[in-house]
Amino acid sequence: MKRFFDAELEIFRSNLILMGETSIRQVRDAVKALVEGDVALADRVIAADDEIDQLEIRIDEEAMRYMNLRAPVATELRLVIVGMKASHDLERVGDEATTIAKRAVRLAAEPPLKPYIDIPRMATIALEMLRDALDCFLNGDTEKALAVVRRDSEVDAINKQLYRELSSYMIERPATTTRALELMFISKSLERIADHACNIAEEMVFLAQAKDIRHREELKKG
Amino acid sequence: MVTPITSSSLAAPMEKSAAPSKFSVHVPASSASAGTADTLIEIQNLDFYYGSKQALFDINLKLDDKRVTAFIGPSGCGKSTLLRCLNRMNDLIDGTQIKRGSLKIRGVDIHGKDVDSIELRKRVGMVFQKSNPFPKSIYENITYGLRIQGVNNKARLDEVVEKSLRGAALWDEVKDRLHESGLGLSGGQQQRLCIARTIAVEPEVILMDEPCSALDPIATAKVEELIHELKKQFTIIIVTHSMQQAARCSDKTAFFYMGKLIEYDDTRTIFMNPGNPQTEAYVSGRFG
Repeated sequence: MKRFFDAELEIFRSNLILMGETSIRQVRDAVKALVEGDVALADRVIAADDEIDQLEIRIDEEAMRYMNLRAPVATELRLVIVGMKASHDLERVGDEATTIAKRAVRLAAEPPLKPYIDIPRMATIALEMLRDALDCFLNGDTEKALAVVRRDSEVDAINKQLYRELSSYMIERPATTTRALELMFISKSLERIADHACNIAEEMVFLAQAKDIRHREELKKG
Repeated sequence: MVTPITSSSLAAPMEKSAAPSKFSVHVPASSASAGTADTLIEIQNLDFYYGSKQALFDINLKLDDKRVTAFIGPSGCGKSTLLRCLNRMNDLIDGTQIKRGSLKIRGVDIHGKDVDSIELRKRVGMVFQKSNPFPKSIYENITYGLRIQGVNNKARLDEVVEKSLRGAALWDEVKDRLHESGLGLSGGQQQRLCIARTIAVEPEVILMDEPCSALDPIATAKVEELIHELKKQFTIIIVTHSMQQAARCSDKTAFFYMGKLIEYDDTRTIFMNPGNPQTEAYVSGRFG
């Protein structure tokens, strides 16, 4: 039976998907701006963060309104709870993309410290994780969600490796310190983006199965 | 390690609360929401008929002692019929028959030949949709059941009246007018008077058939509060059309449809992650 307020949930879902797509675009563009030294693109990323912020506010408003007036239960209740949590994660993803874009602007003014290989690799994995987590939202594929959680260690490993490498640069050539630090923070941002993708994947498992799989180290190891 | 406080540990005051598991996903839903409880009532393979029309089909259900169980389902699904089987109220309707199965309370088949239905109804009290105080004083409403049991000692009766009215959260409101008519009370007070009358004879089980459907939200809240208190002493089975009431009041919920038990589980599971799509559709209001 269709209910007169079913459209509200559809709008809620659509906004969450829109927020996810926007966040993915922001991360992709921020990293592209870094690698290509494209300051104009970085500026567009910084300016577009407000879109994500507004979506977060709207999703929260819609969720609170729905809980208040429609008293959702079961899958609907989980959708509304998960939607609020996932939108918070996506807003943080947007913030990290903005951080990367700001650093990209600064780095564009200086010669590259080293060829960009690891950071695009991290970005590719983090973006795939985000994409897979969002796919779970669309199709309820919890196996895919669990795979996202397991992939987090790949990003962590590259982040640690980059940290070591950039630390060596700073020790050996102190003049590179500023650039090395910028890259370290960018690496950390991508690592955080992967963490948010994991959070979203875990939330999608809760949405699909009402199981809370957070903070389970054995799942991260596979 | 910090031990989290859980709502379930607050919800089951009668039980010694077990230490919460680190990984809540591993905790069986039944123990997570209501602690472990003994089975008081066991219904097995029950088929019930109104004349030639079958109203209940192969019902199997175990109801926990000193817990609140909610029966939910659309009108005509058999939930009230099953409720009335539990104190043999259906015996009063011509042509009704249990053709198969049994209902046992503490292992005793209540439809057995040796069981006196009057005695049974002392053990299994009932509160109805519409409050139905006797056209007598508040005091006499409470003492009526005891008087027909032969209790006439005034001190004893006074004691039961106060205890029952306190138990029904009505004492403070009526203590100065115990000898006025019960019919002079408000709807919510009348319903609580009926609950007080029910608990006066100290039953084991209280059946409630939509006890709040005629009450305003304040009176409803009082009855729900009362249910929460009464489950420390009594086993309560409540039929309700209010999903939120079932969610608020009960430890377990049974969903019926067309005379069949579709799903029975912890209330939190029924309202968070029901196993059956029909249950989900019903509790979400998508049914039909």
